[in-house]
Amino acid sequence: MNKLSLPGLLLLVIKRDLLLAMRRRADVLTTLVFFVMVVSLFPLGIGPEQEILRKIAPGVVWVAALLASMLSLGRMFSADYLDGTLEQMLLVPQSLSMLVLGKIAAHWMLSGLPLVLIAPALGLQFDMSAQALWVLIAALLLGTPVLSMIGAIGAALTLGLRGGGVLVSLLVLPLCIPVLIFGAGAVEAVSSGMSVISHLSLLGAILMLSLVFTPWVTAQALRISME
Amino acid sequence: MLEVCNLACSRGDHQLFDGLSFTLSAGELMQVEGANGSGKTTLLRTLCGFMQPLAGEIRWQGQDVRKLDEDFYAELVYLGHLNAIKDELSALENLRISAGLAGCAVSHQQAIAALRRMGLRGRETLAVKVLSQGQRRRVALARLLVSNAPLWILDEPLTALDVGAVSLMQELIGEHLSNQGMVIFTTHQALQVAGVATRQLALS
Repeated sequence: MNKLSLPGLLLLVIKRDLLLAMRRRADVLTTLVFFVMVVSLFPLGIGPEQEILRKIAPGVVWVAALLASMLSLGRMFSADYLDGTLEQMLLVPQSLSMLVLGKIAAHWMLSGLPLVLIAPALGLQFDMSAQALWVLIAALLLGTPVLSMIGAIGAALTLGLRGGGVLVSLLVLPLCIPVLIFGAGAVEAVSSGMSVISHLSLLGAILMLSLVFTPWVTAQALRISME
Repeated sequence: MLEVCNLACSRGDHQLFDGLSFTLSAGELMQVEGANGSGKTTLLRTLCGFMQPLAGEIRWQGQDVRKLDEDFYAELVYLGHLNAIKDELSALENLRISAGLAGCAVSHQQAIAALRRMGLRGRETLAVKVLSQGQRRRVALARLLVSNAPLWILDEPLTALDVGAVSLMQELIGEHLSNQGMVIFTTHQALQVAGVATRQLALS
C-alpha cells in the first residue's frame, strides 16, 4: 500500500470536502444568498444617494462578507464531529495541521471565493468606480482566506458545545477586525486617490502569518475539543 | 508490542480505573470486559491518544506513544461506536477517503475487492444513506481490510452485524493475528477466533 504524501493528503481533503458540498449544494448557496441580501439591503434602506452609497460601499461589503463567513463556520467541523470522522482525522499519520489546512482551503473555496466573485456585481449597486472594484476584489482575495483561518480556530474550540454557533461569532469577530480595517481601508484609499499598496501588503502579511500559525493552533484546539 | 503500565483514567471527576497494566504482543487477541460505564471505551480512546490518562504510561515498541505521536497513529486502526462514514458518499468513495485519511492510498480495485469481501457486492456505488445499519457497519469495517497497521483497536465492532458478518469478522481477526497483528476490542457478543486464545482484561 502506498503511503500518502503531504500534498496528496491536502488534495484528498480538499477534494473530499468539495465533493460533499456538491452533494449538499444548499449549504453553499445559503452563504452566498445571505451575502447578496445583506449588501443589497443597504441601497434600499438608505436611498439612491450616490455620494453616500459610494462612501459606505467598502465597509458594507466587508461587514457582510464577515457575517456571511460566520454563517458557514459552524459546519466546518461539526458534521465530521457528529459522525465520527473527526476521530479518524485525529489519527492521521502524516500531519493533522496539513489536514486542517486542507479543510480550511475547502471552506474558503466554498464560502470565501464565491463572495469574491460576486462582490463586483454588488459593488455596481453602490456606483463604485472600476478601479475601486479591482481593489475590492484584490482585498477580498487576500482577506477572506484569513476569515476562514481565524474562523477555523473558533469552530474547533466551540466544537460540541451547545449554542456553539453564537459563541463562535463572539470569539472570532473581534479577531477579524484588522482584516476589516485594512480591507475596507484599501478601497477607501483608492477612492480618495491614495496608494493602496500599504493596505494590501498589510493584508498579505496577515494572510501569511495566519497561514503559518492557524492550522497548527486549530489542530491543537481540535485535540482539546475531542477529550 | 503494546505495553500499558499503571494506567489511571477518569471521565470528568469520576475515576474509572487505576493501576491498570498489561502487555499485548504480536498475534494476541485481547477482549476488554466490564459492565456499562466501567471505562472500556475510555480505555480504548486513551490508547488512541484522544484522551490523556491521569497517570501511567502507554508504550509502543518500547517508546512512549506521546513521544511517538504521529508515528504511532500509522501503526493503528481505530473503529469506534460511530461509523465515520458520510451518508452522501457511496461506499466506495467512503472507503477510499477514509483509507486516505489513515495515510494510505487505496486503488479502485483494492477498494472494490475489500467491499465485496465484506458482502457489499452490488452496493459499492450506492449512496450510503440507502444502506441499512448493518451494511453501514460493514462499510466501516472494510477499512480494516485495506489497512496494513498491526494494531487494531475495535470498540464494539459487532453492533448491528448479522450472523454471517460476525463469522466474517472472526475470520478477518484470525487472519490479522496470524500475520503478527494484534487486536484489542470490546464486545457484549461472543467472538471466538479459531486457534487463538482470547485474553480477557476485566475492568471493575
